[in-house]
Amino acid sequence: MGDLKLPAIDYGALAPMLILFGVACLGVLVEALVPRKSRHAIQLTLSFLAIIASFVTVIIEHGTRKITIGGAVAVDGPTLFLQGAILALGAVSLMLIGERSMEKGGAFVSQAAITVGSQKDLRQAGEQPGATEVYPLTLFALGGMLLFVSANDLLTMFVALEVFSLPLYLLCALARRRRLLSQEAALKYFLLGSYASAFFLFGAALIYGFAGGISFGAVHDAVANPQRSEVLLYAGLALVAIGLLFKAALAPFHVWTPDVYQGAPTPITALMAACTKVAAFGALLRVLYVSFEGVRWDFQPVLGVIAVLTMLVGAVLAVTQTDMKRLLAYSSVANAGYLLVGVLALNEEGLSSTMFYLVAYGFSVLAAFGIVTLVRDADGEATHLSRWAGLGRKSPLFAGTFTFILLAFAGIPLTSGFTAKFAVFGAAVEGGQTWLVIFGVISSMLLAFPYLRVVVLLWLSEPGESTPTVSIPGFMTAAALTIGVLATFALGVVPAPLIDLTRDAAQFVR
Amino acid sequence: MSDFPFLSILTVLPLVGAVVVGVIPRRKAELAKTIALVWSLVVLVLSIFMWVAFKIDGDRFQFHESYQWIPSWDARFTFAADGIALVMLMLIAVLTPVVILASWHDVDGDGKRSAPVYFALLLAFEFTMIGVFAAADIFLFYVFFEVMLIPMYFIIGSFGGARRQYAAVKFFLYSLVGGLFMLAAVIGLWVVGGHTFDFTRLLQSVGEIDQNTSRWLFLGFFVAFAIKAPFFPFHTWLPDAGGAAPAGAAALLVGVMDKVGTFGILRYCLPLFPEASRWFAPAALVLAVIGIIYAALLAVGQNDLKRLVSYTSIAHFGFIGIGIFAFTTQGGTGSVLYMVNHGLATGLLFIVVGMFVARRGSSLVSDFGGAGKLVPVLAGVLFFAGLASLALPGTAPFISEFLVLIGTFTVHKVYAVIATVGIILAAAYVLWMVQRTTQGTLNPALEEVPAMRKDITLREKVVVAPLILLLLLLGFYPKPVTDVINPAVQATMQDVGTTDPGPTAVTANGRVAR
Repeated sequence: MGDLKLPAIDYGALAPMLILFGVACLGVLVEALVPRKSRHAIQLTLSFLAIIASFVTVIIEHGTRKITIGGAVAVDGPTLFLQGAILALGAVSLMLIGERSMEKGGAFVSQAAITVGSQKDLRQAGEQPGATEVYPLTLFALGGMLLFVSANDLLTMFVALEVFSLPLYLLCALARRRRLLSQEAALKYFLLGSYASAFFLFGAALIYGFAGGISFGAVHDAVANPQRSEVLLYAGLALVAIGLLFKAALAPFHVWTPDVYQGAPTPITALMAACTKVAAFGALLRVLYVSFEGVRWDFQPVLGVIAVLTMLVGAVLAVTQTDMKRLLAYSSVANAGYLLVGVLALNEEGLSSTMFYLVAYGFSVLAAFGIVTLVRDADGEATHLSRWAGLGRKSPLFAGTFTFILLAFAGIPLTSGFTAKFAVFGAAVEGGQTWLVIFGVISSMLLAFPYLRVVVLLWLSEPGESTPTVSIPGFMTAAALTIGVLATFALGVVPAPLIDLTRDAAQFVR
Repeated sequence: MSDFPFLSILTVLPLVGAVVVGVIPRRKAELAKTIALVWSLVVLVLSIFMWVAFKIDGDRFQFHESYQWIPSWDARFTFAADGIALVMLMLIAVLTPVVILASWHDVDGDGKRSAPVYFALLLAFEFTMIGVFAAADIFLFYVFFEVMLIPMYFIIGSFGGARRQYAAVKFFLYSLVGGLFMLAAVIGLWVVGGHTFDFTRLLQSVGEIDQNTSRWLFLGFFVAFAIKAPFFPFHTWLPDAGGAAPAGAAALLVGVMDKVGTFGILRYCLPLFPEASRWFAPAALVLAVIGIIYAALLAVGQNDLKRLVSYTSIAHFGFIGIGIFAFTTQGGTGSVLYMVNHGLATGLLFIVVGMFVARRGSSLVSDFGGAGKLVPVLAGVLFFAGLASLALPGTAPFISEFLVLIGTFTVHKVYAVIATVGIILAAAYVLWMVQRTTQGTLNPALEEVPAMRKDITLREKVVVAPLILLLLLLGFYPKPVTDVINPAVQATMQDVGTTDPGPTAVTANGRVAR
């Protein structure tokens, strides 16, 4: 056996991920060594610094187009754009995660293992500060997402999938209030997520059998020039797609979404709705555009049906919801459908418009969940819709903000929701997928109804006895809300800079 | 003077006004009202200057302005007005101050509702209305088309009468559904029309769109406009919205906003999809004629004054519809003139009805009866508004209705004859309404209401006077308006590719149409 030759590693291109993983490990050490009192401040500062540093390296690397570390990681336009998006959205999520002024000790439980409902549990819910492990967990999750969108072979992608999923499973279980719901959510997410991972891995194995390699470039070549049975290819593609569709919450793999979104601590829900969506669609884009472009005529109709199903299921079920977080969950399912419409355009427009949509939607959904954290009573957040009646009278500013976000979700012009929808629908018509646009328009009509119902509830209903108050947001939540709303407005009125950025970035390396 | 950027300033001005009025604290309601009124008058003055600067024998589109917006989609802030848009802009500019003055006390004596917000919403609505008529970029047009729902939604939902929530939601959803159909068509047009939204450039490239696509795109636009107008069978939101909205806002809703539908058909559907327009014309004509008769019959049976006026409007929109789809210059000119006159007449009718409703505290016809004995002058104004609405000769709507009917008769005799029945029904619903409210024996309950003893006030006189004057003036001398409309309509008809039949094609001012 000759010398084992190490592959060339471009540390600059990997730096965004390395920084996050490194600081996350540092955070674990902080948990072990630093006294409990000062952990929160240190962890929060470290996490912010890590995200900022990582974001800066992404900007520095903005012109990089290469495949590095032995073909495992591809750093190209979409990678860097999506990594930047994940980091920006992650920073805003972190503001919500780190907020401690509205509830004593923050939104997270201090010791998740205590039996729910015991005296000890009640005591800890009332006073003890939340676990600070959430910060390293968040960093690991974000780091995994960065790797997920840059993975250049199926195995790296699988590893990244696990790296970002496991911290999320844990984070879901850490809600301070409604502990049982939170634990149930985490367990559901974990079990279903494991199945999805297993599907993905099995699919990867079949594709390896078909292509004789796992890198996307190799798969692409094999698809163009098949040497083995195409049954392997289609079965493998289907299984890999199921794994990704699960993470992206597309019907019929969306059933976990409402339960998990409802049970998870709201800042984590925001993180999942914004960042996980970016990561999942980033990976889906790469797999479909880079590897399987050659069989587009085979998967386009199938995924098209899934997109239609997702849009309709999300819209119809959103109508029937009575809980704000579940409503937003179904709305995010429907939005995943619109995103898939953009993906299925399968042209450069499709790539750039999907990336634009991800950013636009991410900021809006962060602001939406940010407001959900504010509406609370003595038992924590009041998420039942009936409790929101007449909120416009009590706090017009926040009701107005939420109305604006809902109008963005409904796709009313002058909000990012409209420009984003316009972009993906335009790309889809361009790509010959007019039928998807028709269904998209129909589901938008359905989806407008639940949003409008909330607007009516906020402004036109009389406040009831049980209408909760809107807490004065702490500095970080206020900042997160401001960023979310401003981004929603700016991307609706002057979307040109970001559109240009996505267009410049819309080229994968193979 | 014609280089002055009239349209962009006209569009932005009310928005600034809305912001200024909106931030005034609630207790300074009078200040907010005064600013709103003065602001809308400034807009009116500016539009009068624009009217003067408009050259009748000049280009089809004047006051062209264009600013970059989203270069990668080629969406621009492009404004331009033809004669049709110009008269609509003038109508908004006239109606808004009138409505602001008419709504002066609408929000008084109510601790829950904020007067500055109400007047800010009215100005914001004016902003979207001006924008929608001034836009010459389809993307920009679509933006205004959707955004205009929001101020009206809150006006109806927060300041309306009974069942306002239901009406506001129904209004919003109906319009949004139409808007989304249009969105699909706009995207389709953008893709097949050469990746541009510019109206004049699209006019040149639409010839290459294949017939089938063109028909689908027409349908997308048409459904949106038919819901907005509204044409039968998409009309059911209007009586609810018009019935629940405050009277002044209802005047704007029916008088101006609904015209966006008919304006959109004339500006976008016909020139961009000429073949499809001709292909769909029989269906559109049938819908319009059904609308005339059906809505008139429903209006006869209404017991609610505001709903009744809403139904009369649906019937009138039927007339506008047949005038447009007759594809004759007379019909088209008549329709555009009808849009203006209907805005004035129905606006007046809504405002006067609002004055009655404000006094009585109810909008039910059966709660009135013999009101003319208590408020003779106001009853007289209602009678005049009613007569104008049924197109009595001497009032402006007569000319437009007449033009529409002869314009239609030259090509579609049957439709014109059936539509004429609508005139008889119009007389029935208006006169019967006037009779039941103001004539006959005095309803004893009416005497119990102290407000009913107070006849028309000075403020109310100032409100109705300009509308009455305009209705009479345009009734006897419509030439200033028809001169502006005619070239634009002729250009539109040329785009559609129809020629007026034979020697009967003489327009109102005696010129022989091409």
